[in-house]
Amino acid sequence: MMIVAQGLEKTYMSGGRPLPVLTSIDLEVEAESFVAVVGPSGSGKTTLLGLLAGLDEPTRGRVYLDGEDIFALTEDGRAEFRLQRVGFVFQTFYLLPTLTALENVLVPLELRGTAKGLTGEATALLERVGLGDRLDHFPAQLSGGEQQRVALARAFANRPKILFADEPTGNLDQETGEGIVEMLEELNRDARTTLVMVTHDLSLAARAHRIVSLAGGRIVSDRAGQPA
Amino acid sequence: MRNKLRLGFAVRFAMRESRHSLRRVGVYMASITLGVAALVSIHSFRDDVARSIQEEADVLMGANARLRASRELPDSISTILDSLSRAGVEMARVTTAGSMVLAPVSGAVRLMQVRAVDGSYPFYGTVSTEPAGHWTGGIGPGEVLVDPAALTQLDTEVGDTLVVGGVRLVIAATVSDLPTDLGFDFAIGPKVYLSQEAMTRAELLGAGSLARYEVFLRMPDRDDRGVLRDRYSQVFSATRVRYTTARQQAQDLSNGVRFLGRFLALVGLGALLLGGIGVASSIHVYVNEKRPGVAVLRCMGASQWTAFLAYMIQAGAMGLLGSLAGVTLGVLVQETLPFVLKEVLPVAVDTHFSMGSALTGLGIGVWVAVIFALIPLLSVKDVPPLQALRQDFEPPRRRADSLTIGAYALLAASVLVLCIIEAPEPELGLGFAGALSVAVAVLTLVGWSLTRLTRRFFPRGASYPIRQGVSNLFRPQNQTVSVTLALGFGAFVIGTVVEVEGNIRKDLTLSFGEGQPNLLFFDVQTDQIEGVLDLLPEPVRSNAEVAPLVPSKIVAINGRTPEELRADTVRERRPDAWALRREYRNSYRARLGRAETLVHGRWWDGTPGEEDGQEVDAGGLTRLSLELEVARSLKVSLGDTITWDISGFRVPSVLTNLRRVDWNRMEPNFYAILEPGGLEDGPQTIMIVARLEDSGARAEVQRDLVRAFPNVAALDFSRVQEAIDTVLSRVRQAVGFLGAFSALAGVLVLISSLAASRVHRLREGALLKILGASRRQVLTVLFAEYLALGTLASASGLLLAVGAGAVVVPNVFELAYAPRVVPLTAIWATVAALTVLVGLLGSRSLLTRPPLPVLREAPE
Repeated sequence: MMIVAQGLEKTYMSGGRPLPVLTSIDLEVEAESFVAVVGPSGSGKTTLLGLLAGLDEPTRGRVYLDGEDIFALTEDGRAEFRLQRVGFVFQTFYLLPTLTALENVLVPLELRGTAKGLTGEATALLERVGLGDRLDHFPAQLSGGEQQRVALARAFANRPKILFADEPTGNLDQETGEGIVEMLEELNRDARTTLVMVTHDLSLAARAHRIVSLAGGRIVSDRAGQPA
Repeated sequence: MRNKLRLGFAVRFAMRESRHSLRRVGVYMASITLGVAALVSIHSFRDDVARSIQEEADVLMGANARLRASRELPDSISTILDSLSRAGVEMARVTTAGSMVLAPVSGAVRLMQVRAVDGSYPFYGTVSTEPAGHWTGGIGPGEVLVDPAALTQLDTEVGDTLVVGGVRLVIAATVSDLPTDLGFDFAIGPKVYLSQEAMTRAELLGAGSLARYEVFLRMPDRDDRGVLRDRYSQVFSATRVRYTTARQQAQDLSNGVRFLGRFLALVGLGALLLGGIGVASSIHVYVNEKRPGVAVLRCMGASQWTAFLAYMIQAGAMGLLGSLAGVTLGVLVQETLPFVLKEVLPVAVDTHFSMGSALTGLGIGVWVAVIFALIPLLSVKDVPPLQALRQDFEPPRRRADSLTIGAYALLAASVLVLCIIEAPEPELGLGFAGALSVAVAVLTLVGWSLTRLTRRFFPRGASYPIRQGVSNLFRPQNQTVSVTLALGFGAFVIGTVVEVEGNIRKDLTLSFGEGQPNLLFFDVQTDQIEGVLDLLPEPVRSNAEVAPLVPSKIVAINGRTPEELRADTVRERRPDAWALRREYRNSYRARLGRAETLVHGRWWDGTPGEEDGQEVDAGGLTRLSLELEVARSLKVSLGDTITWDISGFRVPSVLTNLRRVDWNRMEPNFYAILEPGGLEDGPQTIMIVARLEDSGARAEVQRDLVRAFPNVAALDFSRVQEAIDTVLSRVRQAVGFLGAFSALAGVLVLISSLAASRVHRLREGALLKILGASRRQVLTVLFAEYLALGTLASASGLLLAVGAGAVVVPNVFELAYAPRVVPLTAIWATVAALTVLVGLLGSRSLLTRPPLPVLREAPE
């Protein structure tokens, strides 16, 4: 199993009272599979994604990624794990506004200290997402779809084993969104990455191998999708 | 349809908004608070001191008026005094001489002010002695009263004996609260008081001694004081006796205090204007955070100006609150100043709340807050409603419109007006405003150039976090220029003070240091020269410099009297009054002194000057050598004849050469030197300078001197150096006190400037962490960025300080300038460390919390 979550719970304090967001989540995801997490607003999708990726700490429970108990690691240990094995795509792209498209893609490689000589690879990734002529543009100079394509290139730059995508088309029009998902699937296939995608777009979710539905912080269904 | 301004809405909205914004713009208020506090405390305290001096005028002098001369009062004055006495005016004589005082019990000997005082002095104020009751009824003939400082310096105590001019006197008590004379007290050591009779016995008032003769008058009727001046002013002038009323003295003193106070107020204004930069930065951040809200307001139909006004009202209200806090703090500081500055104040100062100062501070504070907030606030007006729907929508960059240009012009005009109002003189205000503009312009330019240079030459092989951190300095949305301005300005002010003071100190060390004379004997009579020299061991004796001092006055230049010369209508020919009328102490000697260089003409032995060796035939008259500057002021050149009055004899001399003198060297230097042969028989005193390395030997020579030649005074230069060090320290404390305000304001501006990009940094750091950066890597990025920022900012300020030092030290203090590497490095290290500290503190949540919560709280 590439991802194993056991008894995962997250409770926030709101106005001095505990507010449970996720309750008793148990989940297993096979390597190289594509899982969509769906559910209405406030059902805990993004919280689950954050916990599975080790971006936030659970109130209770464990998460194993690629066999590693990630909450047994320190904050820095988790960062190192992400650097080596995890990629992200966000709804709001989260590019560094002060870096050019190429520099953004290079960041994970720079952090690993392996950027030297890999500018060509980063450029190739950007060319693959159709931005070979926008290498030196800053995020503010790119459209939403273009920014998300830079984010895709960045997510694959460190050849991750697992890719987490949080509403990757949420800020895009349908046509652009479809293009992004196709690109995501293609890259995923080629790199044999395990993909976990949060979305509330059911047609998009249907393209996954498996669809996990959340409601009120619990898993209410877990069924197969209809991948192309 | 025209969208109108809704004032009522703007006010209500501003009030609601400010409930939540108080914490965020606290730094903004604090920036104003500090500057206003500095201004209010300086204004109020300046008035307190000046008023106290006026109120205490009679106590300050100890009388209503005073006559003062540097020689015994002539008969004509005695006659006037007699008639005053008959008219019922009370008077007291005080005679002061500089003399060596020996404490046999410790063997210590020091140059001190010996004052013979009539019992009735002072007429105003209370003198306290320890033990009590020794002043009233006069000092006994075998007694001496001393300043507490004298006991410390002589290592002795009440009940011991002192030797003053060969007379042994018992220390009866220490004395305090006597009227003081700031100028004179400073020059020579602590005071020793004795009776007129003891003074006569001590024979301290021989020819040429550094003596001062004063008569203090008690004339309760104010009109009498004016009448005395009017009636006898000509006699006073002719006999070189100075008549001063207590009120006049107080006026001069309080004018001085006001002038000084205005100088300090300029420093306070500097702190306030620096705070203005903090205001601009804070408002910039605030407005950026509020853009989505403003866009929503605009969507709902608020006009551009309504939105602008809502935020302008908030800025004004915050400025008012900050200024009110500043007034309160200023009043508190004002209350503490009399205690802090007790040692240096001439009178006990009562503090009064000054409504004028408070209102001025409040007004200036609010105005500075509003005027500096105006420029960033104008952007509120241009927030497009579309931004409510699309936060990433960027309106097209607008070119500077007339409103922005107008706001900048208003800011410049306000700074100029404030400088002129606060400065002692309009020209100084203009100069200060000019200097501020130059400093800001140069800092911006230097900051910009350093940033460019870093970008160009920063090693590409450096590790990623360091490159990422340093690159942030020139990436979009950077705050490099504003931080450079804020920190650079602080570093510039502090650096300049350190540079100027350090160079003065260095020169002092050179003047008193290795190879320079360190022992001065004065008031030596001609028949005592050999005896005094015999006190010195060889080879000090043979190297000692013996210089005669001949009191002289100019009575004619080329046959024309000073009156005729001053009446000359051709300015180029009219000598300067100070040079023409001063009392010269001329000397004569066969060779050039160690601190002198011959420039024009020939020395007595025919040696030519370094620029020309023009020969002048003196026609049998005494040959004269003048210092270059005084010759220029007297408008004389080689070959001119100057006639001197020396003790009633007219001595004509012909100018045959001109010298350049290094006045900073502790050598016997003179404006006018005559060739030997003309003055030896006239009345004169001798000055001897020598260098004696061993301080124990110097003390011994001084002890022997007091016993053998009580009339001769000796000055150990290491004491003078200590005195000057004390003065410099006090000046540094005063400037440092205000410098602290500027430095604190600088730190606040730093905080607000860094806050401007805090959200951006938090987002960047959180994203880096999500992408796999370790805390160490994020910390390195932040550390590199803040260190580079602090370094660039302080380097800009310190470069400017070195520039200022290179201009001020040679031109104002006439000293050679050399940058002082160690203190400058220390300032750089402090500023850089401070920047890193403030920066990291602002980003600490990034290092301690997981990335997702940080990202949620740092919205785009």
